[in-house]
Amino acid sequence: MSALTATKPRGDRRRLGTDRRHNLTGWGFLLPAAVLIVLISFVPMIQALILSLQTGRGTRLDWADPLWYNYQRLLGDEIFKQTLGNTFIYLLIQVPIMLLIALALANLLNSPRLRGRAFWRTAIFLPCAMSLVAYSLVFRTMFATDGFVNDFLGAFGVEPVNWLGDPTTARAVIILGLLWRWTGFNMIFFLAGLQNIDRSTIEAARMDGANSLQVFWRVTVPQLRPIILLTAIMSTNGTLQLFDESWALTQGGPAHASMTMSHYLYEISFQRNPNFGYGAAVSYVILILVAVLAFIQLRIGDERD
Amino acid sequence: MIKKLREVPGYAFLGIWTVFSLFPLYFMLVSATNTSQDVLSSRLLPGGALFENFVKLFQAQDVLRAMGSSAAIALGTTVLALVICSIAGYGFEVYHSRGKDVLMAVLLLAMMIPFAATMIPLFQVFAKLGLVNSLFAVIVPAISTPLLILLFRQSSRAFPTEILEAARVDGLNELSIYARIYIPTMRATFAAAGVITFMTAWNNYLWPRVILIKNEVQTMPMLIVNLSAGYVTDYGVLMLAVLLASLPTVVVFLILQRQFANGITGAIK
Repeated sequence: MSALTATKPRGDRRRLGTDRRHNLTGWGFLLPAAVLIVLISFVPMIQALILSLQTGRGTRLDWADPLWYNYQRLLGDEIFKQTLGNTFIYLLIQVPIMLLIALALANLLNSPRLRGRAFWRTAIFLPCAMSLVAYSLVFRTMFATDGFVNDFLGAFGVEPVNWLGDPTTARAVIILGLLWRWTGFNMIFFLAGLQNIDRSTIEAARMDGANSLQVFWRVTVPQLRPIILLTAIMSTNGTLQLFDESWALTQGGPAHASMTMSHYLYEISFQRNPNFGYGAAVSYVILILVAVLAFIQLRIGDERD
Repeated sequence: MIKKLREVPGYAFLGIWTVFSLFPLYFMLVSATNTSQDVLSSRLLPGGALFENFVKLFQAQDVLRAMGSSAAIALGTTVLALVICSIAGYGFEVYHSRGKDVLMAVLLLAMMIPFAATMIPLFQVFAKLGLVNSLFAVIVPAISTPLLILLFRQSSRAFPTEILEAARVDGLNELSIYARIYIPTMRATFAAAGVITFMTAWNNYLWPRVILIKNEVQTMPMLIVNLSAGYVTDYGVLMLAVLLASLPTVVVFLILQRQFANGITGAIK
């Protein structure tokens, strides 16, 4: 009996599951969580779609004429295009660099000969404990015109840079901040993945004369594909929703040069003259981008199999 | 010797990234003890202005109230999320059926809905209910998450069926089996789920910013942003406030690092 349940616990549970009374108990147990998710995610998502087809200020809203007016307006909105472009700059530059570094760090930490593993891991993972606005303000202070970074570079004869006042450097500081905050987070996923890899595959490649780099690219990385896919989707999802860094680090500036879509959405919906309908249209662009990019990534992830 | 030399680039890379990871935290720590001028002249040693910064900070902002609000939100969210998501994960796995699998797949889709796309209608609903400025409105949207349900469902696979049968034979009803047997057995999962929920809730900024409008009701992340928004920023005071806002999560992290790592990666296994 014990041997049977040890090898086939799922089958046993299925049998329990067919018991009607227990089946109902199970539904009862998951009801509160399911109802909450429907009420706080699915219902508002549909309400936002309806809202995006309406115009008006504050709470006085009417159907737009034409119905897709808000979406049409987006096409001619230069600030929106700027924030869309910024978000993609962050996505295309930061995410690949971060995942590569995280992968390299995880690979180093997974080496059996490494000394001081716990220290390295804790130090690199520690930024994940900081709130996004908290680290944004630390970076804002360090990159102030009269701040630490300029003083440090000044010691090497570099002229002071107005980091947050120039479009390119403001975006670069946001990217640097994102790398600081999230590389360790992704490294933890890769470490978990590496620990599931059979070390004998790596030893075998070594025996066949492959060098470390070849082993990494040809043996380790292919086996990590599901985790790489997961981290890529999570990072894409997170980047498309960036708000805190844009808000607290650069305040979207200069002008709108580093502002993200979510920041612009907040500005439209909750500052000055709130325009919920137009804000909802922006939020639907984000929703559709998240869905489309996840779909594309899943397709690419599957194709390589 | 050659083998040792080969390891140098690896250690160098680890070393550089570690310095990069730790430096901003060190900068925050020492700057909290320095005057604003010292921070701007890049003094990297502890100074004597800690007390002065404390006084200025407490004069400028109601720190204790913000700490209290943040603690209430983070603890309230954690307790409610653990109860609601653990019992759901348990229900999905232990009373497994095809219908429940379908529901789980639907709920997982919610992970792909950006918060931005639900924020405006959520605000409208809470405003209609008269819950603007209430901590309750901050907590509710965070207590049922597909990720936590998935985490509890996956780890419930390790919950031994024999115990369940034995408890039923002993006459325990289904709810007491969950409360008296499941919870104590799954302590590790509860710790992992608790740490990620606490840290996420404490650090959340956007939703509290939207729903807490009155200046007096603010969380610690909101307090530090407000502090930095003035015409003249006192950087020593600001770094002290940032330090205070980060201390709870950093301490929790340092004590429960393994549980945190298991929490964020646990659902993928």
